[in-house]
Amino acid sequence: MTYLGIILTYVFVSNLVLSQFLGLCPFIGVSKNTESAVGMGFAVTFVMSLATLITWALQNFVLVPLRIEFLQTVTFILVIASLVQLVEMAVRKFSPPLYQALGIYLPLITTNCGVLGIALISVNAEYGPMESFLAGLSAGIGFLLALLLMSGIRERLDTERVPRHLKGSPIAFISGGLMALAFMAFDKALLSNLIGG
Amino acid sequence: MVDIILRILFAFLSISALGALLGFGLAVAARKLRVERDKTVESLMSSLPGLNCGACGYPGCEGYAEALASGQESNVTKCSPGGAEVRQAVAQTLGVEAGESGPRQVARLACLGGDGIALRDFQYAGYSDCEAAKVHFDGDKGCKHGCLGLGSCVKSCPVDAISYTENGLVRVDEEKCIGCEVCVTVCPTGAMHMVDAESKWFVACNSTDKAKATKAVCSAGCIGCRICERKFPEAGFKVEDNLSVLAYTKESGEGRREAAEACPVKCIIRTKD
Repeated sequence: MTYLGIILTYVFVSNLVLSQFLGLCPFIGVSKNTESAVGMGFAVTFVMSLATLITWALQNFVLVPLRIEFLQTVTFILVIASLVQLVEMAVRKFSPPLYQALGIYLPLITTNCGVLGIALISVNAEYGPMESFLAGLSAGIGFLLALLLMSGIRERLDTERVPRHLKGSPIAFISGGLMALAFMAFDKALLSNLIGG
Repeated sequence: MVDIILRILFAFLSISALGALLGFGLAVAARKLRVERDKTVESLMSSLPGLNCGACGYPGCEGYAEALASGQESNVTKCSPGGAEVRQAVAQTLGVEAGESGPRQVARLACLGGDGIALRDFQYAGYSDCEAAKVHFDGDKGCKHGCLGLGSCVKSCPVDAISYTENGLVRVDEEKCIGCEVCVTVCPTGAMHMVDAESKWFVACNSTDKAKATKAVCSAGCIGCRICERKFPEAGFKVEDNLSVLAYTKESGEGRREAAEACPVKCIIRTKD
């Protein structure tokens, strides 16, 4: 698959949140206002790009040569959790403004299943290092896109007359579901028409 | 056979090595990348209670300490859980006057409608949470202002000061209460009230319904009869919106005992000896 294909796939066609239903916790939890949604989105994008690259290296230089691929999930979680910790420390040290913006969201990513999800997906698809990195990056951008759209909807919902029993999370889930339906328009056929393959 | 044992051994060794490597790496990184925190923040953090209850309006004690240290926040009296002691310590660290913040406030449950006293409209058998019960026709109680007794406040109290009672209500331990108002925010019916810790009398009802409606569903609900207000003007009771409210500011407070005795539904209760 071409690089453009990978980007389009993970941003639109196989959007982590809206078509794979991964990382729904921050999708509902952090989408109350646009500012924090964008912060969380960028933090996740950053971690996903790094995580896919590192798990690719782990898979191909450690797990496969030792024939212990069955430990994939465990090792990946271990690596991702430490990576997030390290990233948090580094950001805090070298870029206080960025830490101020992302600070509280970084630890949340440790438990975001989307990060592990894209790492496993790109390993199973047997991507090379560059393709893995791109898959992580575009999955993160897809996540950012979903969160951004959702936060826009929820900000407008705040001023709408929502039935009392649907206020808050219920109406958010319903709007999220409708949005996922809309994203079904981006399917594989459309993709192959677009990039001719 | 040997092959399998070797694989298990490899798996064991490599995971251990990976874990140790990552742990060691993080330890080194934590040391190398340590950020020197402001000395003022450090010392403020050590004098604040560290409960992270949010009563000051900041996300946790650290937020308040940072705001104080950076000068964005000049009010040193915002930590109500800490009381005078913390106020003093914080003021000393910052080199300002402590000042006075009003008397200690505690939460009290303004509802006496336990089992057998308040009627229930239906049997609620859903998720044991007040907010969830409230969503279903405003809760199972006939009175829509009273305590639902499912304990959202019990679960949210940062210091475990609230407990269940035998008759389906909750009780606040005033010794433990730090006045953070978390329970007041969490209670969907608004039956938790903040009151002076010193006051001995308390109107334990939250119902603003008219007398007839209140009487129909609860035998201990304030009916707004104004006996406490009219007969004992010194006591400081004021009936507003069909509910008697005790104004604690009134110094004398004479006649509160008599008012409590005269109350036809006995919803004015003594909270202290």
